[in-house]
Amino acid sequence: MQNIVFLILRRMRPPLLTLLMVYAIAVLGLTLIPGRDADGNVWQMSIFHAFYFVSYMATTIGFGEIPYAFSDAQRLWVSLSLYAAVIAWIYAFGTILALVQDRTFLEALAEYRFARRIRRMREPFHLVCGYGETGTALVRALTLRGQHAVVIDVDEIRTSMVQLQDLREHVPALHGDAAVTRHLQEAGLQHAACAGVVALTNDNEVNLKIAITAKLLNPDLKVICRADSHDIEANMASFGTNHIVDPFDTFAGHLAVAFQAPCLYLLHRWLTGREGSALSEPVYPPQDGHWIVCGYGRFGTAICRRLKTEGIRVVIVEARPEVTGLPDSDFVVGRGTEADTLNEAGIEQAAGLVAGTDDDANNLSIVMTARELNPEVFVIVRQNQNDNREIIAAVGADMVMHPSAIIADKIRVLLATPMLYEFMSLALYQDDTWACQLVSRVAGLVRDEVPDICEWSVEAGDGGVLHDYLANGGQFSIEELLRDPWQRQRELKSIVLLIHRRNDRLLLPGPDTVLKVGDRLLMCGNRAAFTRMNWTVSHRHTLDYVKTGQDRPQGWLWRKLSGRGR
Amino acid sequence: MNPEKVVFGFFIVLALTLNFGFFVGEIENADHHHVYELFAVVVVNLIATVLKFGDRSQMGALLLATSLVAMLQLIAAALVWTFAVHVYGSGLTAGVVASIVSLSGGAMLANVISVILLIIETVMLRR
Repeated sequence: MQNIVFLILRRMRPPLLTLLMVYAIAVLGLTLIPGRDADGNVWQMSIFHAFYFVSYMATTIGFGEIPYAFSDAQRLWVSLSLYAAVIAWIYAFGTILALVQDRTFLEALAEYRFARRIRRMREPFHLVCGYGETGTALVRALTLRGQHAVVIDVDEIRTSMVQLQDLREHVPALHGDAAVTRHLQEAGLQHAACAGVVALTNDNEVNLKIAITAKLLNPDLKVICRADSHDIEANMASFGTNHIVDPFDTFAGHLAVAFQAPCLYLLHRWLTGREGSALSEPVYPPQDGHWIVCGYGRFGTAICRRLKTEGIRVVIVEARPEVTGLPDSDFVVGRGTEADTLNEAGIEQAAGLVAGTDDDANNLSIVMTARELNPEVFVIVRQNQNDNREIIAAVGADMVMHPSAIIADKIRVLLATPMLYEFMSLALYQDDTWACQLVSRVAGLVRDEVPDICEWSVEAGDGGVLHDYLANGGQFSIEELLRDPWQRQRELKSIVLLIHRRNDRLLLPGPDTVLKVGDRLLMCGNRAAFTRMNWTVSHRHTLDYVKTGQDRPQGWLWRKLSGRGR
Repeated sequence: MNPEKVVFGFFIVLALTLNFGFFVGEIENADHHHVYELFAVVVVNLIATVLKFGDRSQMGALLLATSLVAMLQLIAAALVWTFAVHVYGSGLTAGVVASIVSLSGGAMLANVISVILLIIETVMLRR
């Protein structure tokens, strides 16, 4: 605000001085020029009358000549000062109007408003730097879960998009370079309610700078970064960046899971799917034959490494091996879009094909050519542009790797449902039969949409009836928690996936597990089940009914009456 | 030499000298205090105030504050004059003149501080 006030004052200095001078000279002249009163006596205007007359003359061109009709000398002076005053006023107004439309002024005003809005934020929020495809998807997912976000982007068009996107929560957006510390501070980097910083710009250096700034100015903050190269990753990890997301490694990891434990991969897809998206079908990447990887860039390299650990022979198709580096396995020089190269790579015997170049049109061409030569081949296609979603979907690949979506999904799970992230990490240590059983249980809960995820803790405060009950020595098991509060014989469509109990982690706790004060629960199920469960944990009466099956009278009067009847 | 500084200093000093000119004389004698002098003091003080707008330094803020004080006193003096002569019609009695002159005396003090600040700033610049 200070900036704006000073800017206005400084700009208004010349017009104000002009006005002052014009008024002073006009007043002085009027008092000096002699006039005549009604009786013909010589009369001189007082300063007070002159000031009064000039005030209305300058703004309204006068109401008449007071207190007496003017002499010709006075009229001459008035007509001169009239024009001078009008010009001075036009000058002053012009300066004000120009100031209001001035770009520096408007930007200062917008920045001030943004900073004020951030200062007033009371609920925890995440600071998202970079509002491209990934940032957009992430902010949408966070706001859908009722979480708050603040956006910085260097592109003004993108920040103005925030207002147009009809997000559920208000998302303040700052147009500015996130690599500039001042902008990060204005966006609430050191704000008490800031829960984390997410660096998603498409420039690795900027992401690095954001991570360093965040760790230096607010060491306790959770920092999540996107990184496209291993150098930058190592650099970020060196000063304690909490999570570094590399889309290519992440996808290659998913592929490895799909190889070893298809059910676990399916479970992951279902639980981490975006709210309201359809349940996906299981995929079984074949291992009986060699794989062809087209494109040996960052993605191809990550995939090859994983495939080799699985013991699968890989043939690489790369148009410019001198740029990407020579792979240490079989390779064919070419783009893979034409039948010759694919034949040379042995497409007819191949089990799988990865169309992993950084050009969507080429990837689609590779897939279509390969399908003609070998309709049975398992296809993984890389999608680079969000706009190509429809055509990539139309080609019907078995797996699609879309970097923006992968980063957004991973960070969304990390920020919105951190316990789910932990659950998935623990699940990696289980065998596939465990995952298959869980998948069939989850399939029983939902129809055709991914299950809802709910994190909830037994704590005092709003809806803390269960907490009070447990704190007073009550026993309450998971089986009881999952009873329908309207009809206790029925079971709610929900599964408790994980319980945090101090330092313990109870993975898929059994129905007899007794809840304790301070437990944090991770559950999946349909939304209606969570709404009903909320009744049980926040109304003592419902809790008693679920526990004992008796619908006890609540009020003092009813309790007396029923006591007498007994 | 910075012409802006010349104009700035000129008006601040002029505000003080004119103020002093109006102030000197017997405190109750209307003949010693001319209305045009008061008019000039008000105008020059207004100009000095506007010139001090938009300076972000601590010194600038203090200079602006002294000018605002002087303006407050001078406008009060002008109002007293107007009320006495035009509204009540009592004319310039000894009591009225005394209160006008003492108000302008207060304004002069503020102007003195203003000039002192200006000198301090200049001295610090030289160092």
